[in-house]
Amino acid sequence: MPPAQPRTAPDLFAGYTRLPGVADELFDARGQMRPVWRRFVERFARLSPTEIAARFERGNQYLRDAGVYFRQYSSDPLAEREWPLSHVPVILHESEWQTICDGLAQRADLLERVVADLYGEGRLVRDGHLPASLIAASPQWLRPKVGIQPPGGHFLHYLAFEIGRSPDGSWLVLGDRLQAPSGAGFALENRMATGRIFPERFPRSYIQRLAGFFSDFRAALEGLAVAAGNAEGRAAILTPGPSNDTYYEHTYIARYLGLMLLEGEDLLVENDTAMVRTIEGPHPLGALWRRIDAAFADPLELNADSQIGTPGLVEAVRQGKLAMVNAMGTGILEMRAMMAFLPRISAVLTGQPLTLPNIATWWCGGAAERAYVRENAAKMLIGPALSSDLPFDVSGQTALGGQFAGGEAGDLDAWIDGQGASLVAQEAVALSTTPAWVTEPGETLAEGRLQPRPMTVRVFAARTPDGWRFMQGGYARIGRSGDATALAMQKGGSVADVWIVSDRPVRRISLKPAAGTPFRRSSPGVVPSRAADNLFWLGRYIERTEDAIRLVRAYHLRLATTDNAADPLLRRLRAFLGGYRIDVGQPMPDALVGRIGAARNCAGKVRDRFSVDGWAALVDLDRTARQTLSTIKPGDDAARAMGVLLRKITGFSGLVQDNMYRFQGWRFLTLGRALERADALSALLHGMAAPDAPEGALDLAVEVADSVITHHRRYRVETSRDTVVDLLALDADNPRSILFQLRAMREQASALPGAYDNGRLAPLLRAIVPLDSLLSVESPDRIDAKTLLHLRAELAGISDLLSAAYLR
Amino acid sequence: MRYDIRLAIDYSYGAPSDRSRTLLRLIPADAGADQRLLSRKLTIAPRPDERREGVDFFGNATTLAVWHRPIDAVRLEVTLRVDRLAADVAADLSPPVAGLADDLTACTDLGPASPHHFTGPSPRVPEVPEITAFARAAVPAGATVVQAIEALGHALHEAMRFDSAATSVETGPAEAFEHRHGVCQDFAHVMIAGLRALGIPAGYVSGFLRTDPPPGRPRLEGADAMHAWVRAWAGPAMGWVAFDPTNDQRAGLDYVTVAQGRDYGDVAPVQGALRSSGGQVSRHTVDVLPVGAA
Repeated sequence: MPPAQPRTAPDLFAGYTRLPGVADELFDARGQMRPVWRRFVERFARLSPTEIAARFERGNQYLRDAGVYFRQYSSDPLAEREWPLSHVPVILHESEWQTICDGLAQRADLLERVVADLYGEGRLVRDGHLPASLIAASPQWLRPKVGIQPPGGHFLHYLAFEIGRSPDGSWLVLGDRLQAPSGAGFALENRMATGRIFPERFPRSYIQRLAGFFSDFRAALEGLAVAAGNAEGRAAILTPGPSNDTYYEHTYIARYLGLMLLEGEDLLVENDTAMVRTIEGPHPLGALWRRIDAAFADPLELNADSQIGTPGLVEAVRQGKLAMVNAMGTGILEMRAMMAFLPRISAVLTGQPLTLPNIATWWCGGAAERAYVRENAAKMLIGPALSSDLPFDVSGQTALGGQFAGGEAGDLDAWIDGQGASLVAQEAVALSTTPAWVTEPGETLAEGRLQPRPMTVRVFAARTPDGWRFMQGGYARIGRSGDATALAMQKGGSVADVWIVSDRPVRRISLKPAAGTPFRRSSPGVVPSRAADNLFWLGRYIERTEDAIRLVRAYHLRLATTDNAADPLLRRLRAFLGGYRIDVGQPMPDALVGRIGAARNCAGKVRDRFSVDGWAALVDLDRTARQTLSTIKPGDDAARAMGVLLRKITGFSGLVQDNMYRFQGWRFLTLGRALERADALSALLHGMAAPDAPEGALDLAVEVADSVITHHRRYRVETSRDTVVDLLALDADNPRSILFQLRAMREQASALPGAYDNGRLAPLLRAIVPLDSLLSVESPDRIDAKTLLHLRAELAGISDLLSAAYLR
Repeated sequence: MRYDIRLAIDYSYGAPSDRSRTLLRLIPADAGADQRLLSRKLTIAPRPDERREGVDFFGNATTLAVWHRPIDAVRLEVTLRVDRLAADVAADLSPPVAGLADDLTACTDLGPASPHHFTGPSPRVPEVPEITAFARAAVPAGATVVQAIEALGHALHEAMRFDSAATSVETGPAEAFEHRHGVCQDFAHVMIAGLRALGIPAGYVSGFLRTDPPPGRPRLEGADAMHAWVRAWAGPAMGWVAFDPTNDQRAGLDYVTVAQGRDYGDVAPVQGALRSSGGQVSRHTVDVLPVGAA
């Protein structure tokens, strides 16, 4: 049925045909464009295909620059893929949204009552409203949590609902997400990206904003922490770590909300209080926003095999000193089979039906249900009852439309009867479609067109003292093909921004404090020991990398001019680099690429503490090194490639030096760099300023230390051992001298907590100060091989002291 | 029968462990169906900075011990006096195995004694097809639940060899059964897997076995350490029946229960996550002596 209305968009919408038997977001059942879209469509239709492509590309560029990515579980644990933005938003009117939110608030209250009963009185099971066998079989019903009252009185604080529109136009809940719902951070990024694509004040001023939801949730989190006895209201996010598929979002939300991002090993429980291990010692926390599955949160009382949890968290909750968002054990509500019982439970507990129903669901544990499911299997999806996957995520043995998925042969009826209690059947629902910009393989963006694609919307809700607060917008999943059955939503689709549009311009909610509130400077916060450790090693790896690049470049420059690999100086340099396991036989040595990878790895673990630009610079360095790996040739070519890497790495160092806030974590990064540089200079002098060093070694040392010009200005003579040692070891004004770096270390170490112990130097400073003194008074001729080796050993000891004092 | 029980466990760590946190299940609950705790004492050395007594989901007594300082060794000493009561020797009132399903459906209890916790796979006892096949072959058609328990326990005792060195605490039932050997924990896990496969709810019991047998009877396997056996649900009339597959007998007056759960993971006597880089060594001794004539 061709649309009748969109005269303003003759070409773009010409091919847009509603699919039979499903609802469409753009056109209503009579083929009329829904009024809520009209303003957007009018603007959009005025754009030429080239303009559209340029705008979409601007959105993509934003996401790339911001470093938004999505991690896929695959053989490469760190494989990242670009954020799959579907550029056209989903548009809903605020009155319809309000109806949805009202229905979901009712559902959220019901879910709270169900979970409170499952971990409390147990009345629903005893009275037969939930099967005892089903609850007992769920790995998400956490027995150690039974009988524990959550601090603050509620189990649920932050929920997401996956909803879809059925063919008659009404909305259905497809799944409840409350174990560790993801997507809110991505919704923010989608909004930023669509802001680049559709920057006009009109229609933007009519779109409800997202920010208020987050500030309310953050305030609620602090309130919870206070309820758990933490007067400062300190809360943090608990993440499974960088290999999780939504880790990017964890770092993003942590930065956005200004919360610490913690892993299990950052925490300990002492006197029933959860504490963060920080460089200043343990710091108490009152609330954790949990992004890890509850079963893995506490190896002492829950899954004993968990490597990512913290022993004692359950006890901290039991004693009322830690609030969890959401309470551990609430994941039981996510299982598919739960939806078979919720409608009836709603009637029993509240006397009211659910105003926003969930997808029709049958648990096959009862004979009557099994008979019904066998009869109607052709219209159903049948799969694991305990699974928390959404209806369209096929996992485990599943039957669709009366057949086993994947073409498996078998007797469906016998399966349903035999496996009954572990199966659930769900109505095969057809979802509504929404416009998506579609290109065929080989087409450019400008050659695309709008096509209907099935979609679901994720709605986020947070508990606040004033009741449930909903994000005014959300996050839509867009199916990959035109097939409107829920199945098309399987992995591999894209995501879109959801605009809640008002009839009038939306008042801008300011996040600034109200007038008259005194200005309060919030403290930069404590630094978890693990973060400090990663920053320290990031500093070391970055410096180690730069040092290697300079050495390798010097080698290839010399090779290019002498063209004689047997040259004594080149042999010396080869041996010296060999000591670092760097093989200059490889124009781009594997060991060098490995060092860059190690730096990136450390940085990846503290991404919430980094500017986006800093991270982008590191990724760029890593990518460049890998790309040139196979193509560069020894000599001139390799020297030039090293020059490129050197400029990129100094770009990163510059960002860190110029832009990074001088919080304690920065000191660890700086300490790592200084320590590594002092060590590298000691090694360089030991190797190149030795009495038996070949001709030219002294010049090479000055060149590697980037001090050629300074040497020339200061001494106005050719290099001698004395001038070189003086410049690279004893000159307190040369950033490439050992003494300069020792003083830098001394300065940073003095500013760390616990630097002094009752007015006396603590062990770390006590190790640094004598080295500073030594180099301050010695003359170059006294800095012999023995002294240099002594320096290196002392520096290694300082690294250990630092770890013992702050990083464990 | 009254027993005096002494248990000592020593752990030593290769490197000092930082902030250890340990959950102990070494003491019986105050009262059970067929035993009574008269006195108890648990000493922990070095003295923990935090200690708390509690009760877990399955009704087992727990002791939480936390050290705020690094420790490199722990000694646990338990002294107990327990009355083991003789259960009425009842006739077999259990239904045929096939009849249990209806009894289970009728049960809407989720309390600690509910059979529902013990029907499906649990973390340490997954479904093992080989054990399922073995259990089906071992139990005659039409057997009652009690007959099935005894038949399967006997068949496992015949098929599996007790070997205190062949397996570790981490060994799963599939591996133990494949090699047909193991210690009491393996016998118990294999039997639990078999009973559940037959539709009989089954769980794990840890406890003590009388050290020296009554005159004229052989010394039992497992008496020199903490022991483990099985309990199975024989329908609402009979309730739980305890059976020791390691020694092929019902767990009667010679047995004192410490803790029960779905599998070893629920009852582990010493459970702890220790931040220690070194390995750990443990030694453990038990004495279970009858006191006069009780």
